[in-house]
Amino acid sequence: MEKQGLLIDYEFCTGCHSCEVACKQEHEYPAGKWGIKVNEFTQQISEKRMEITYLPFPTDLCNLCHQRTSHGELPACVKHCQAACMTFGNITDLVASMVKKPKMVLFSPK
Amino acid sequence: MKYDKVVTTTAWSPGPGCHGGCGVKLFVRDDKVVRVEGDENHPFSQGRACPRLLALTQYMYHPERITHPLKRVGPRGSGEFVRISWDEALDTIEARLREIKDDYGPESVLFCQGTGRDIGGPISFLAYSYGSPNWIQLGLAGHSCYTPRLGAMMATQGDYAVLDAAQFSPQRYDDPEYRVPEVIVIWAQNPAPGCPDGFFGHWIVDCMKRGSKLIVIDPRWTWFSAKAEMFLQIRPGTDGALALAMINVIISEKLYDEKFVSEWTVGLDELRERAAEYTPRRVAEITWIPEADIIAAARMYAKAKPAAIHWGVPVDKSPEGTTVAQAINHLWCLTGNLDVPGGNVIARPAYGVTTYPFSTQEMHALYGEDFVNRLNEKRIGAKEYAMVRNFRGWAQPDVAVEQMISGEPYPIKACWIQTSNVLGGQAADTRLHHEALKKMDFVVVADLFHNPTTMAVADIVLPVASLAEKESFRSWWAPLQVITPAVQVGECRSDWEINFELAKRFNPELGKRFPTLKDLFDDRLKPTGMSYDELRDAGGWMMPPENSASRPYRRHERGLLRPDGKPGFRTPSGKIEFASQSYAQWGLDPLPYFSEPPESEVRTPELLAKYPLVMVSGRRSSVFFHSEHRNIPWLRECDPDPIVEIHPSVAKANGIEDGAWVTIENDRGAIRRKAKVTPIVHPRIVSVPHGWWLPETEGREPNLFGIWDVNCNVLVPMGTQSKSGYGGGAYKTTLVRVRAAEGRGE
Ligand code: SF4
Ligand code: SF4
Repeated sequence: MEKQGLLIDYEFCTGCHSCEVACKQEHEYPAGKWGIKVNEFTQQISEKRMEITYLPFPTDLCNLCHQRTSHGELPACVKHCQAACMTFGNITDLVASMVKKPKMVLFSPK
Repeated sequence: MKYDKVVTTTAWSPGPGCHGGCGVKLFVRDDKVVRVEGDENHPFSQGRACPRLLALTQYMYHPERITHPLKRVGPRGSGEFVRISWDEALDTIEARLREIKDDYGPESVLFCQGTGRDIGGPISFLAYSYGSPNWIQLGLAGHSCYTPRLGAMMATQGDYAVLDAAQFSPQRYDDPEYRVPEVIVIWAQNPAPGCPDGFFGHWIVDCMKRGSKLIVIDPRWTWFSAKAEMFLQIRPGTDGALALAMINVIISEKLYDEKFVSEWTVGLDELRERAAEYTPRRVAEITWIPEADIIAAARMYAKAKPAAIHWGVPVDKSPEGTTVAQAINHLWCLTGNLDVPGGNVIARPAYGVTTYPFSTQEMHALYGEDFVNRLNEKRIGAKEYAMVRNFRGWAQPDVAVEQMISGEPYPIKACWIQTSNVLGGQAADTRLHHEALKKMDFVVVADLFHNPTTMAVADIVLPVASLAEKESFRSWWAPLQVITPAVQVGECRSDWEINFELAKRFNPELGKRFPTLKDLFDDRLKPTGMSYDELRDAGGWMMPPENSASRPYRRHERGLLRPDGKPGFRTPSGKIEFASQSYAQWGLDPLPYFSEPPESEVRTPELLAKYPLVMVSGRRSSVFFHSEHRNIPWLRECDPDPIVEIHPSVAKANGIEDGAWVTIENDRGAIRRKAKVTPIVHPRIVSVPHGWWLPETEGREPNLFGIWDVNCNVLVPMGTQSKSGYGGGAYKTTLVRVRAAEGRGE
C-alpha cells in the first residue's frame, strides 16, 4: 500500500485544539498524552504586522488512525478540524496538493 | 469498536457550553456514551466539532458530577450536602416557594440564568407559571449580552440580522443564490474560540478560504487580525465613536447605496448631521486608531459588494451599548447590505418556532400581550428603563442586586439559579453578589457540578442532564432541530423536565393543556406542521422553507416581514429608521452617539494616574465556555492557568517576567494571575480571561474554589448601565494596575 500522511494547510489553522482532543478521545489517551499537539508562534513583524501561526504536529503516538481509515473513515483529527485545514491521503496526492498552494506542511508519521 | 446504537442529535449544552447548533453523533454501548463525533451530514457544522464537544464523555462521566438531588445540612458555605429524592426536593421547593409567594408575592423570587443551553425557554416558563416577572441574568452588569444588540436591531430595522454564511440554506456555500462576502468586518470578536450567537465561528474561515477579505476591530491582535487586510486596534469601549466616524465618511463621500437608502430608509439627513460631529480626526483621538485607517476602513467596507459585519459582545459592553449597536447596524443599512446574499441577512427562527423568546413579539405569542404587559408592573428595572420595559422580558441586573440588599421597593427573598455559576461567572462586583445572595431565605441551584455558587448559597441542588441525556429542540435562526436523548446518567433531569414539573404544580391549568412535555414541544412546533417525533424521524432538522419570512433574501421587497404583508420593515414607519421612532418614544436619543467609558483616560484622568491600564476581560478560549470546563482534564491541559496577557513594555516597566504571578488591582480589590507576556495586547491594556475558578482547590467558604484570588469580576463595578437599561457593563473598560505578586498564586 502506498504511504499515507497528513497535509496541514497551516495558513488556516486557528489553534482551536479540536484535533488534539479528537485524537485523545479516539485513542483513549489520558490528559498528558498527545497524539497530536498544536504549536503557537507569535511575533511582531512591524508596527502594522503581527504573525500568529498555529501548527499541529503528529507525535510518535500518531498511527494515522489506521483503525478508522481502514474502513473508509477519516482520521479523528481530520474529520473534526474546525478550520477543515487537514487532509489525509496518499503521499503522492498530498504532494500534488502542496504544489498548488503555499503554507502547507506534510507529515508522514511512521 | 462495536456500538449498540448511534444517536444523532444537536449540541445545545450542557456539555460543550455554547449557543449550539452543531450536529452530533453519540455512540452508545451498554447504556453509556462512549464516543462523540460530529455529524458529517449536518449543514450547520458539517462534521466538525469543537474540543468541548469532543470531551463530552469526560464531562458526562466526571467523578464529581452531581447525579442526584442534594440538600444542604450544614451552614451555608460548609459544603455539607446530603442526597435526597426528587420527590423530597420538589416538594420542599414547592412548599418554600409557596410560602414566599403568600408572604411577599411571587415577584420576591428571582429566576436567574446564565447563558448557553436552551435555558431561556424553560426558565421563563417556570417563572411565569409561578407568577414572578423577574426572569434575569443575575450579575450581568447592564444585561450586556446580545439583548442590547437585539433591541437596537429591532428598533432600527424591525428584525435581527447576521453575517450571511449561507446558514439558512441546506446547500450552504453551494447554493447558487449565495455569494461570499467580499469584505467581512469582524467587530469585537474572536470568532474561532468564541461561541457566537447561533453562529459557528469557523464559518468565517470558510468565507476566507472562498475569498473574503477582513477588517478586524479589536484592542488585541487575534488570529483573524493577523490575517486581516486592515486591523484597527481600538481603545476599549470607543466602538460607538468609530462607527459614527465610518458613517460620516460613507455619507460625506457618498459611498452609501443611494437607491437602497432612498427606497427603504428614513432619517438620512438627521444621521448625516449627527455623524458630522464625529470627524475621523476627532475620532482618531478618541479611539487610538490613526485617522487614515478609519477613512480607509470605511471606504473598503462601503465599496465592497457584498460586505458583512460580524460583531461580538463587547458592543453590548460599550458605554451606552444600545446606541453603539444602532450605529453599527446603520452601516449595513447605509451600504445596502441588508438581506442580500453575502451581506447581513435578516435572521428569524426557522418557521417562526420559538423555544427561547428572543423578542417581545415571541413573548406575546407564548404568553399573551396582556400577561406580558402586566409583568411590567413589578418587573425590576421596567419602571426606570424604557427599553427594559418595552423590549423582551428581562429584569435589570444592576437594579436587582441593589434591591436584593435594600429590600426596596419590595423584598427579594429567594433565587432559583439554573445554568449559572453567578459568583464564578457573569456577576460583576462579585463581593456585592456574594453579600446579596447570602441574604436570601432560599436558594435553589440546578447544575451539573459544584461550583462557587452552589457552595456559597445553595440550599437545594438539582442535578441537570447533559445534552446527551435530554429531550428538547432548538430554534435559533436555522436550522430548526431536535435534541434527542441517548442515555440516562444517575437521576439527572433536563432543565425542561425539571421546570415543566414544577410549573405544573404552580399552575395546574398547564397540566390540562400539556399532559406531557412532548405535548408542549408539539405545541411549539405547530408552525412546521410536524410533531416532535415526526421532525426527529424526518432526520432531526429542517431549514426554513423557501419564500417564507425565515428564509433569505430581500424579504422587505416581497412583503414577507410586516404583519400586514406590505413591502418594507416591521418598524413604526415601515422603513429602516436611521433616527429611531421607538428610541424617541422611549425617551432615548433617536440617533446614535458616543459616550466615554465610566472609567477612562478622558472621564477619570485622576483614576488613570493611579490605575494606568484598561482591563479587558472576556477573551475566549476554545476549551472553556465561560466558567465551565476548568475541571475537564482534556480541556484544562490545553489552557491550564488563569493568565493575564501583558505587553512586553508593560511587563518590563513593572519588573514582571513571563510566567510569574502578578497582582491586578484597583479600588474594588486585587486578584492574582500568571503573566503571559505577549505583543498581541495593546500596551495600554491587559487582557484578563474571565470565568476563572479553581475546582481543584477548596470549595468551602471562605475559599470558594479560589474565586477571591483569580476571578477578575471582583474588579468590575455594577451600576454602569446604559440610559436604555441594556448595555454598558464595564467588563472591558475597568482601570487597573499590575505588579509582581508576592509568593505564588497557586
Ligand atoms: S491521525 Fe489519528 S492518531 Fe494521528 S493525530 Fe490524527 S487523530 Fe491522532
Ligand atoms: S483542529 Fe484544525 S484548526 Fe484546530 S488546532 Fe487542529 S489543525 Fe488547527
